[in-house]
Amino acid sequence: MTEIWNGFTKALELIVSLDPEVMEISGRSLVISITAVALASLICLPLASLIHFNKFPGKRTLVSLIQTFYSIPTVAVGLFVFLMFSRVGPLGGLNLLFTPTVMIIGQMLLVTPILLGLTISALSGVNTAIIDTARSLGAGGFQMTALILREARFAVLAAISLAFGRAISEIGVAILVGGNIRGFTRVITTAIALETSRGDIEFSIALGIILIFIALITNIVLNRIQQR
Amino acid sequence: MPLIETVKLYQKHGNQDILNDINLAVEPGEVFALIGPTWAGKTTLLRLLNLLDTPRSGHIYYQGVDTAGSAGLRADLRRRMAFVFQKPVAFDMNVFDNIAAGLKWRKEKKSEIHKKVENMLEIVGMSDYRQRKANTLSGGEMQRVAIARAVVNEPELLLMDEPSANLDAASSMKVEALITDIIRLYNTTIIISTHDMAQGQRLADRVGVMLDGEILQSGDWRQVFNSPHNEDVASFVGVENIIEGTVASSQDEIVSIKAGGNEIQAVSEYPVGKEVGACIRPEDITLAKTRLSTSARNSFAGPIKKIVSFGVLARVEIDCGFPLIALVTKRSAEEMGLERGKEVYASFKATAVHVINR
Repeated sequence: MTEIWNGFTKALELIVSLDPEVMEISGRSLVISITAVALASLICLPLASLIHFNKFPGKRTLVSLIQTFYSIPTVAVGLFVFLMFSRVGPLGGLNLLFTPTVMIIGQMLLVTPILLGLTISALSGVNTAIIDTARSLGAGGFQMTALILREARFAVLAAISLAFGRAISEIGVAILVGGNIRGFTRVITTAIALETSRGDIEFSIALGIILIFIALITNIVLNRIQQR
Repeated sequence: MPLIETVKLYQKHGNQDILNDINLAVEPGEVFALIGPTWAGKTTLLRLLNLLDTPRSGHIYYQGVDTAGSAGLRADLRRRMAFVFQKPVAFDMNVFDNIAAGLKWRKEKKSEIHKKVENMLEIVGMSDYRQRKANTLSGGEMQRVAIARAVVNEPELLLMDEPSANLDAASSMKVEALITDIIRLYNTTIIISTHDMAQGQRLADRVGVMLDGEILQSGDWRQVFNSPHNEDVASFVGVENIIEGTVASSQDEIVSIKAGGNEIQAVSEYPVGKEVGACIRPEDITLAKTRLSTSARNSFAGPIKKIVSFGVLARVEIDCGFPLIALVTKRSAEEMGLERGKEVYASFKATAVHVINR
């Protein structure tokens, strides 16, 4: 028990003293996950609108398929990306394995189902009279998408924050395709896994606290946006 | 050339016919009122005219151009019109941005947008509301914003679906006054739907009576009002007396129609023996306690079956061999001492009778 208590106090020291390694790892985690979610959002939001606003055979099947992938295991995505980018894989020639870039790609894939699925349900929640009104006022395809996303912005922001939560807290992709290389691909989750197994409890606790802190900040920022 | 024209337009929802053979042409600058009860198909027709939906069959021509073209063509044509829906919805923005939406989508300059929206806010009397969130407005205020949002784009064709139907009397009057202003200020072609005959009459140059998905009669409101083509139109435009009878004699365009043991004199060209309906508006009938020596060719005596008063008027039902309904002011009903069972004389001119085919 005292060991855990000591771990806590030392962890707080690491945070308060802005320990360079703790800060560096946290910063990298944030950059990789924010980039992944931002890029995925740029692709998924218009794509979700396209799926929502168009009628095509197999639409319902596609939407259920997307929803099925909400809870796909992170290691499964990690393994898939690993195979794609490994030397023998189809994208092996790009030499991206064990780089932050491939970690971003992996996390993008991981959050795509959540972003697509939740954006589609957010759009379904928009009153069809809004869409008719916008069409009658001359909104074109892109203008319409922008308006509808704006009308559904709270639900869309919730989707983005969920996606960010899943990206920053995952370990399967980060460890499989990132490789936990110190100073290069080591992120909060992979560092916690490593340090805990090595018995460096205080370092793990410090990173764990930071992870929770990031979640808290994300939540506060989102709440503020939603209240505007 | 008409601004917009429909040829043999049909629409179905599932197996149900909503529109049946609609042939309508509206000229530039004209204000046309589609008058009909709920479910007549007015909204469906307006949505087709705005190119929001596609018809089951038939054509819509906009300035002679067939609108059944590419999505791009339809979007371009749609930008030359505007549509005010029956139940307006607010975009989740303030009043100013709501009104500016169409101009932004038309990529107008910011300074132009500002000028036009401010001007529009003034016309609709909502200048103080420019920063208000539009979804906090009352029904009447939102309807005015919706009208502003449509008119600010200076459409060639303005479509309005029952713009005052869901409002209380005061808001409804304000909205109607606003529409009158818009007709005066802009030379826009307008197609407005309403279930209110009187509103159609007040606003439009020409009216069309729509019942069960068909435009049964259209023309100058006086003509539709006074000379309905058939029984359905007649009862919709407020002709409460449609007396069935047969033409008994005809001389110099004056016919005598045999009905319920009496003969009604009317102006008509129908031949002897023809089965007809004599339409008499209740407000064209005069009541008296004794037989009057007036110029009215028709005068019938009968007991009062029922009196119902509403507002300043009283609706008196008399049995003259056929039922006859007359409207008098409540005051004159009281002065004459009209009451149930009492015998009265009902008089009306031969020219007040409109004879329809049966």
